[in-house]
Amino acid sequence: MHLSRRRLLAAAFALPWLQSARAAAYPPVVPRRLVFPRDHAAHPEYRTEWWYLTGWLSAPGVPDFGFQVTFFQVRPGIAEDNPSAFSPRHIVIAHAALAWPGEHRLLHDSRAARAGFGLVGAETDRLSIFLDHWRMEVRNDGLHVRVDSRDFALLLDGAPPPPVLLQGKDGWSQKAPGKEHASYYVSMPQWPLRGTVTVKGQRFEVSGRAWFDHEWSSELMHPEAAGWDWAGVNLNDGGALMLFRMRRQDGSALWFGGTWRKASGETLRFGPGDIVWETLREWTSPRTGWRYPVEVRIRVAGRELQLKPLMDDQELDSRRSTGAVYWEGAVTAFEAGQRIGRGYLELTGYGERLNI
Amino acid sequence: MMRLIFSLFVAGLSRRRLASILSFIAIALGVALGVAVNLVNRSALDAFEHGVRVISGEADMQIIGPRQGFDEALYARVARLDSVEVASPVVDIEAPLADKPGSLRILGLDLLRAARIQPGLSPKLDSTQASESRFAADAVFLSSAAMRELRLEPGQTLRVKVGLAIRDLRVVGTLHGGEDGARFGLMDIAAAQLTLDQLGRLQRIDLRWAEGVAPSQARAQLAGLLPPGLTLVQPEAAAMQAAALSRAYRANLGMLAVVALATGAFLVFASQALSVVRRGAEFALLRALGVSRHMLLTGVLAEGAALGLLGGLAGLALGFLFAGVALRVLGGDLGAGYFSDAPTALSFDWPTSLVFVALGFIAAVAGSAWPARAAVRAAPAPALRSGYQPSVPKLPTRRRLGVGFLLLAFPLAAIPPLGGLPVAGYLAVVCVLVGAIALLPALARRLFAHLPAMQAIVFDLARQRVAGASGQAVIASGGVLASVALAVAMAIMVASFRDSVDAWLDRVLPADLYVRAGRIGQAGGLDAAAQMALERMPGVARVEYVRHEQIRLPGSVLPLSIVARRIPAEGAGALFPMQAEQRVAAGDTPIWISEAAQDLFGWRPGMAIELPFGGVYRSFKVAGVWRDYARQNGAVLIDLAVYRRFNADALATDAALWLAPGASAENVSAELRQRFGAALDIVSAGEIRRSSLALFDRTFAVTYALEACAVLIGLFGIAASFAAAVAARKKEFGMLRHLGLTRGQIGATLACEGALTAGLGVLGGLAAGGLIGVLLVRVINRQSFHWSMDFSIPWLSLLGFSLAMIASAALAARLAGAQAMREGALRAVREDS
Repeated sequence: MHLSRRRLLAAAFALPWLQSARAAAYPPVVPRRLVFPRDHAAHPEYRTEWWYLTGWLSAPGVPDFGFQVTFFQVRPGIAEDNPSAFSPRHIVIAHAALAWPGEHRLLHDSRAARAGFGLVGAETDRLSIFLDHWRMEVRNDGLHVRVDSRDFALLLDGAPPPPVLLQGKDGWSQKAPGKEHASYYVSMPQWPLRGTVTVKGQRFEVSGRAWFDHEWSSELMHPEAAGWDWAGVNLNDGGALMLFRMRRQDGSALWFGGTWRKASGETLRFGPGDIVWETLREWTSPRTGWRYPVEVRIRVAGRELQLKPLMDDQELDSRRSTGAVYWEGAVTAFEAGQRIGRGYLELTGYGERLNI
Repeated sequence: MMRLIFSLFVAGLSRRRLASILSFIAIALGVALGVAVNLVNRSALDAFEHGVRVISGEADMQIIGPRQGFDEALYARVARLDSVEVASPVVDIEAPLADKPGSLRILGLDLLRAARIQPGLSPKLDSTQASESRFAADAVFLSSAAMRELRLEPGQTLRVKVGLAIRDLRVVGTLHGGEDGARFGLMDIAAAQLTLDQLGRLQRIDLRWAEGVAPSQARAQLAGLLPPGLTLVQPEAAAMQAAALSRAYRANLGMLAVVALATGAFLVFASQALSVVRRGAEFALLRALGVSRHMLLTGVLAEGAALGLLGGLAGLALGFLFAGVALRVLGGDLGAGYFSDAPTALSFDWPTSLVFVALGFIAAVAGSAWPARAAVRAAPAPALRSGYQPSVPKLPTRRRLGVGFLLLAFPLAAIPPLGGLPVAGYLAVVCVLVGAIALLPALARRLFAHLPAMQAIVFDLARQRVAGASGQAVIASGGVLASVALAVAMAIMVASFRDSVDAWLDRVLPADLYVRAGRIGQAGGLDAAAQMALERMPGVARVEYVRHEQIRLPGSVLPLSIVARRIPAEGAGALFPMQAEQRVAAGDTPIWISEAAQDLFGWRPGMAIELPFGGVYRSFKVAGVWRDYARQNGAVLIDLAVYRRFNADALATDAALWLAPGASAENVSAELRQRFGAALDIVSAGEIRRSSLALFDRTFAVTYALEACAVLIGLFGIAASFAAAVAARKKEFGMLRHLGLTRGQIGATLACEGALTAGLGVLGGLAAGGLIGVLLVRVINRQSFHWSMDFSIPWLSLLGFSLAMIASAALAARLAGAQAMREGALRAVREDS
């Protein structure tokens, strides 16, 4: 679903025409050995690619809060024969949101622009994506993220990249029945960050841990799929857990997937049949009227986790600008009443049928 | 008191029906003209400004440069600045239409970014189009106005000329936000660059400052990045430019309306003056019954006020009507070609409209002021006597005053324009008019006293009458003078202008055929290959090229036009009518400036000037001043080889073709058409001349309409004053009938009187009009449009016009008198005996 998620977001963020699946020759997604740091950088020949950073931050004097910064690069496959430097061969879309408890809803902003002129784009030799003044990049001293919007700004610096967690088969992650529904998917959980967050003119020194995902593919969402649920949790013991399910229109699961890397380094991989995903509580959005399963119980590998949201209203409603509505929010993971970790939960396709 | 005044005076207007109606119409017409001219101008400017607002959106500043654009690399440097929140690159091309005359402005915007600066411009993809087609190289969105005018619908094809090629653009949707008449198309910037031959180039960058950045600081940061020739302007600059270019034209139309109103005031004066005289007995009786002088004064003024108010309000309504019709028929610039976007709706400009209503009111009250004072001054006793024959008192001859006003016009004419408008020139015109009217009584006395005695009784009666009662004649002819002066002056100005343009066209169109591939602001042109092909065409003896371009000087709202041509050995004077031509020193690069450039930029022959070409300032020496009727905003002529050296631009916009002996223009045109295709415009010198003169005539069509109104009002003056006078002269006519004159003879006498009266006005009007014509040609036009012209007087038309005026006046007098004569003239005599 990552693949699909990013597609969804891409489509949502703006750009209905990005759905066009015309003729451009995209490389197939087949299992191969990923090489780093090269594969942290962009793969512009693929249809879609995204870099996704979520996490919880702490600042003195305020409750802990969640943040999300995502950069997409899309190759729509249009106007590729136009020699103009403005030709929209690649579109970069950036999205940032802050789950600031005092606000009771997300602060968010998004941008979209065609790559070019060194102003917008993604490097192919190192992790570096930029859209005007917004950027996410890894330099020698570590990760740097800069996002500023009218309501908030994030200036985050991370340590050098932590060990990669290759999802699926060595980074080849299947999303639905059929080998063609796959993506390359690399995570770097437990990434320590510090920096400053400015909310409505007030500046906070922050620190915390992030979950980093990087995924690229040439494929479209499975035709039977209506949406998906995804969670990535940094566990308190140093472990990392990623789980997803792809849903049909009737709510039944089309596919499951997941990975648990324990603190010891042992890694468990899950497929369909390994995961049970139950709704504990639904929240109805006052804006869209859509109902999201914001509190869930997940049974996997003989354990039983509960995910509870930082706040209920973490719906991203950008219909006015781009048309996409989904729920993406900070959650806390509990097991037997104990808090065992914190992460992000994504719930898509709960309203109108997604047109991807 | 109010009611008394109303019933004693104002209600009396209805008894002098003809005079009142004519006065009313005159005021209404004057007000209507002013209101209409102002409304149409306002609507055109509003539509234009709206277009500018939609297109520039919320941009704080814009970077603009030469019309052909600048290197897109600047965009990356500008967008990177911290002080810049959004930089939106723009391709801006005027694309000639392939299937019909005219062109369409096409903007190329980054469709993903534009929404952040131009939120009002939302391209809506038509439901029949595939979603990715908005970025297709041939996809264009049209504003609703463009869609309507070009009669296109989504899915259809718009064909435009790009240089020598014709490109098919597919209409993929509508632009919302362009509803108010702004006529343009929008493409994605990559598509526009490719399809309109602008790869690597931009015409504009729209900027929005980052929050919290002081604009002055941002401007300073940016200024360091801009190469010479690029400037930072407010988005309003385009609207200001249109307003500035058309302001003088609008001011001149406004002045014509005011003159028409002044003529109307004179008409009120004439009819009121005569009616006061006629009502001498009535007023005397009122005085005897205890009506105070003050009330008498108020009463006569109230009559004028009522006329002014009614006329003003009717004029307001009529003005709205005129404006609506003019907008539909002539367009927002009244045919002058200043605005490309036709306004679709009138902008109601109440404050200025009400100013014209007030002017109409003031004109009518002012016209009644002298008659009111005359009524108060008249001694009541003689008027009460039986057999009182009312007559207009001899008007004082204010010779010194008149001469003084005329002399004052000279220093006024020498004063430079104020804010681009010939304000002192207009005052000089007023001085000439006032002076001429002040001298009219003296002229009348001189003229009528020396009229020879005539055999025919009818003529002699008329002669004696006008000589004996010159006061009445002077009053009636004053209105004629004003309107004739206006018409004569305009005729002289238009004739001078037209003859000069004609001669100028002769000079600048020496070749047989002209070909054009693109105009200023349009893509493409004749490249080196096309130029070589032209030169090798059979039947073509010689080819000369012109490159047209526009550049920006720092701090100037208006662009400067560049005309690059090969300067022949005999000098630039061979290309354009040239003054002050001089040789420049060997090391200097010569440049020849147009009169407008001289006026607007303060350049003088011999002066060293610097102009930005190809991103570098180049030095030139002004080697002459030429007459340019084609560009009002200033132009410079430079040698084509110099231009190419400085610009790395080998394209030519136009080429002039001389045919080999024996070659026919038709054959060569046909071969050109075959070789270069339909995108090449091929015209003969004759066709250019015809279309230029047609444009000229269309521009002046509105002034003809204004003149016609003024002349009509002047004729009304004659009719009204005769209607009033004839009523007062019933006894005289009765006596004449008694003495054996036929009705026809009396009518002929009246007609002669009318002709003589009008003749006086026409003579004065010719003299004053000649002077005003000189002012228009030498001062007002030069200062307004920076065009000099040779003075030429259309003698034949003026003679015809004068005779027609006199004949119409005779007819008007005869018709006005007819009513009075129908009432038994004999009875009037009987009453007396």
